[in-house]
Amino acid sequence: MADLPIKDPAVATAGLFRAYGDSWVLTGIDLELGRGETLAVIGANGAGKSTLLRILAGLLRPTEGRVEVLGAALPSEAHEVRARIGYLGHEALLYRDLSAAENLRFHARLFGLPNEGRERIAELLALVRLEHRATTRIGEMSAGMVQRLAICRAVLHEPELLLLDEPLAHLDPDGAATVAPLIGSTQGRSRVVVTHDIATALAGGGRILALRRDGTVAYRGLAQDLDEEAARAVYADRADEGPGSRGVAA
Amino acid sequence: MSRPTPGLFAVARAILAKDLRVELRTLESVPAMVLFSTTIYIVFRFGLDRTRLEGNLAAGVLLVTILFAALLAINRLFVAEREQGGFEAIRLAPVDGTALFIAKAAALMIYLAALEMVSVPVFGLFFLDGWGGIPALIPVLLLLNAGFAVSGSLISSMATNSRARDLLAPLILMPLLVPLMIAAASVADPLLALGGPTFEDYGQWLVILALYDLVFLLIGYAVFDFLLED
Repeated sequence: MADLPIKDPAVATAGLFRAYGDSWVLTGIDLELGRGETLAVIGANGAGKSTLLRILAGLLRPTEGRVEVLGAALPSEAHEVRARIGYLGHEALLYRDLSAAENLRFHARLFGLPNEGRERIAELLALVRLEHRATTRIGEMSAGMVQRLAICRAVLHEPELLLLDEPLAHLDPDGAATVAPLIGSTQGRSRVVVTHDIATALAGGGRILALRRDGTVAYRGLAQDLDEEAARAVYADRADEGPGSRGVAA
Repeated sequence: MSRPTPGLFAVARAILAKDLRVELRTLESVPAMVLFSTTIYIVFRFGLDRTRLEGNLAAGVLLVTILFAALLAINRLFVAEREQGGFEAIRLAPVDGTALFIAKAAALMIYLAALEMVSVPVFGLFFLDGWGGIPALIPVLLLLNAGFAVSGSLISSMATNSRARDLLAPLILMPLLVPLMIAAASVADPLLALGGPTFEDYGQWLVILALYDLVFLLIGYAVFDFLLED
């Protein structure tokens, strides 16, 4: 089931390689994600998870291989799909000397939201319970508040595809619950989520891409077909002992 | 589902408004430029041991001071974009990256105009006998500012991701600014001459200044979007 080709995928890569200088970070990644599906990307530090996400966001060029996002070939057609992608990386992409509302209004203008997105911004700030901090500068906020605002920034334009790199970083359980409706799976929205929370990734019921430290695929398939012990094996520093070598689905 | 993407100048206005808001709030660039230029005039006044300057020496002191003050702003122009993710924000949005170039050049022009509103009168008080040449100097300074703005924005964006950016931007930029400085000094020299301004070749030098600005504007317009890419 995991290997059946998906018609009109939200994300598809074939033979994707990426190097930084002489060092290969991603090695031959093939993946497909259907519309409305969630893909959790797991793997040890340096396995290439964030690099994969940045390539899908159009921020990095693949060294080799084909990348297609929402029907557009990247990077050449990136401009056509940027308005439909929401990206949350390690950086909040918020200016320290602007307030929460000013930052979101700036991004709303970049995405051409009507009326500088004022209604949408008010709605989002209320959802993440930061409406009372609308005029507070980012530099005066805690890391958790900044992360909640960064999530607001990523979903401000109501993207069809969410690319989330450890979205719950810096958030306490209450904060995580607060942002859950914004970044959770909703009808029709596709998500690629980089996470170290294996239990949640497996419980999510979507697809899993497990990357080894050498940037190769250890497992690609449905979460339900992968057990937690096998998933944790990709964190071991031995490329030949990941779940892929157990014949699950590499 | 899809909404129209914002136009080039709408995005440039948004970035410019953001930059001016941050500058007004933090006062990181313009006050430093004003203080720097005033200090340089004091150094020249005592270094040259002159209370009055005229002609090419006056033009040289004024323009070189503005040039060095401009370099302070040029070095800081993309700091927020580099450190706080502005470059990525632009690349993630459905916009032409050239808007960033236009906005930064416009911001730099505004900073330089603010600098000169203080710096030129201070220069006049320190060194000039009469103010007759100053009105004719305004178009020269505006074209000079435009030249600094377009070439400075272009080079600063290229240098900003380098580890040696503080060195690199002036080192690359200074040779490129030589024609601009020659043209500006050539037109400012007779305007600051002893006995009052003369307007020999005034229009011709203004055209040369404008051509320099146009060339770098077109280069920036053509290549800036590519400079933002990975």
